[in-house]
Amino acid sequence: MSNHSRRDVLKALGAAGLAGALSPAFAQGRKLVVGVIYVGPRDDYGYNQAQAQAAAALKKMPGITVVEQEKVPETSDVQKVMASMIEQDGAALIFPTSFGYFDPHVLRTAEKYPKVRFAHCGGLWTQGKHPMNTASYFGYIDECQYINGIAAGHASKTKKIGFIAAKPIPQVLRNINAFTLGAKSVDPKIACQLIVTGDWSLPVKEAEAANSLIDQGVDVITCHVDSPKVVVETAERRGIYVCGYHAGQGALAPKGYLTGAEWNWLPVYSDHVAAALEGKPMQNFMRGGLKEGYVKMSPYGAALPEAGRKKADAALAEMKKGTYAIFKGPLKDNAGKEVIAAGTAYRQTEPVLEQMGYLVEGVAGKV
Amino acid sequence: MASAGEAFAISLAALAAALALFGVFMAALGHSPLEVYSLIWRGGFASGFAWQNTLTRAAPLILTALCVAIPAQAGLMVLGSEGALVLGGLAAAVTGHALAGSAPMTVKLAMALGGMLAGGLWVAAAGALRQYRGVNETISSLLLTYIALALFNHMVEGPLRDPASLNKPSTHPIGQASMLGSIPGFDVHWGLAFGVVFCAAMYVLVRHTTWGFALRIVGGNPRAAQLAGLPASRLIVLACFLGGAASGLAGMVEVGAVHGTANASLIAGYGYTGILVAFIARQNPIAIIPVAILLGGIAVSGGMLQRRLDLPDATVLVLQGIAFLTILASETLYGRFRFNFRWVGFLFFMKDREPKPRRVEVNP
Repeated sequence: MSNHSRRDVLKALGAAGLAGALSPAFAQGRKLVVGVIYVGPRDDYGYNQAQAQAAAALKKMPGITVVEQEKVPETSDVQKVMASMIEQDGAALIFPTSFGYFDPHVLRTAEKYPKVRFAHCGGLWTQGKHPMNTASYFGYIDECQYINGIAAGHASKTKKIGFIAAKPIPQVLRNINAFTLGAKSVDPKIACQLIVTGDWSLPVKEAEAANSLIDQGVDVITCHVDSPKVVVETAERRGIYVCGYHAGQGALAPKGYLTGAEWNWLPVYSDHVAAALEGKPMQNFMRGGLKEGYVKMSPYGAALPEAGRKKADAALAEMKKGTYAIFKGPLKDNAGKEVIAAGTAYRQTEPVLEQMGYLVEGVAGKV
Repeated sequence: MASAGEAFAISLAALAAALALFGVFMAALGHSPLEVYSLIWRGGFASGFAWQNTLTRAAPLILTALCVAIPAQAGLMVLGSEGALVLGGLAAAVTGHALAGSAPMTVKLAMALGGMLAGGLWVAAAGALRQYRGVNETISSLLLTYIALALFNHMVEGPLRDPASLNKPSTHPIGQASMLGSIPGFDVHWGLAFGVVFCAAMYVLVRHTTWGFALRIVGGNPRAAQLAGLPASRLIVLACFLGGAASGLAGMVEVGAVHGTANASLIAGYGYTGILVAFIARQNPIAIIPVAILLGGIAVSGGMLQRRLDLPDATVLVLQGIAFLTILASETLYGRFRFNFRWVGFLFFMKDREPKPRRVEVNP
């Protein structure tokens, strides 16, 4: 549904660019100021950079002005930044990209400015509960973490892989589990060691965690922290393999980078821009995985063996069809309790997966 | 004591020097300094809207700066505002949830008391450790902050977590009825008013009461104070308690006026910025207000610079850094410009017409 309108508008935007002032849409002076707000630096090789890449692509579209502000904390500051973008810069569409911005900051600002659109990253919007000028988008990036796991399973020689996580919350647990299941699909004996750092951006702890995993014999790591830069660099320096997260980090580890789970927010951004330009109502809830193009894999690194590439490509093709179930029974958690019964296979859209509170068998760690 | 006129003139000159240096820096990056100045003005100060932005950012800093400035009167260097803020917020959130359904005014009052008590006790612990166990209070208050943050995270993600808060672990919400809201007719929350009142009260307490006089004597020379029969330990612990209470109140305001619950968003560094504010204000409770406003304004203007000139956030830090340096360097100017100062004072305040003998003070 959304793909068509997006493609049409991208085409129209491209045509407008070629035809310049002759294009009817822009001859009428259709202009849009888009505000983008980041919680960290937008060149963090991670969460914020993934958003900033989409914002950078928007900037190239004619008639679109993008205003950006980075390192905005999840306090009343972000409410004031949104209000400033509206009052001082004339923004009519705002992407407040940090998860913690939504409640209460986006909700409160959206109430004050009912004509402005707010598209929040995180998937929290609920019909009937939240205003219609707010929207949520998020991606099933666990699909990419599963493929990361396949790559890790093929590259690992010690059969020990590691995961560095910020917080033991459902979103993160889902990634840890998908990564482990991917690796176990290659070799069921593989074990994944988990370290939780406690917060989204703790570079020193992340480096310590990476070193400690490597000292234990782990030879492939990945992570879910805001900026994987430190983890990727530490892995490269210590000569082990690494799978990326959030954005492409291949350049940081030319030797050991296998592949990575990346966001691709441009489809979402351009859908929202298109709707705003045409005055159509917002799409309040947008979710997608590899099939919808909301997430993608980094190009395979030189270190990934041929067999691994083939297996990863096969899984990728399955997932692009949109029918692949990562979480299916019989599945036990790492305490031996059955969490998904035999015969049950959850689709990615299944709400139960959003409340994941366990670690699957094969993960060494506790929630 | 340096007169208000002198402090005003010298600080203004220091700010002008900072802006000039920042202009040179921006010109080196290829931006017109005039455009930069105009954006700073429009971003932070040119309109009612801009002022509300500035004051919103200043509000928490006023209270967290007091956590440094009050113990400083007793000669202590306490860096524990961040810890007191988050624990104050946590206590307020727990109190607010526990009393949900009571009369809103009762809940709010209890939340404020809970927050102030938690923050106050935390910082008082640093003062007590120093007086009774000989532990350096600068180190202990800083380390206590790390413990406070760990404790906060543990409680929010563990025993006190609202099971409904899936991906953003938080305590149970205090409920809409217990929220503080904004100062009427003004899009700034009540934290600003609390901060200003707290500063004024502390100023009176420290400068115009015998208790404050005793406190400052302890700050000047604790042994002499003890010989004179002053209860130095009690005064110091109480000063730490008051400072911590100010920070705890800031935490309560964050919960009661902004978040409605306690979660990791409370850890926003207000406590650390408060330390800078207190130092630039030279630990004077009243001077904290304009300094916090200045810092808030710089932060807001920095946002404008980011958005309009596509600059990174680090640019704001450069401006902040230059401003700190020039203000701190300007401290050496006090008492040196007899003639010039008299002239400036005349212009601004129409007083000091007769030349007065001035002297350099060792401990202004």
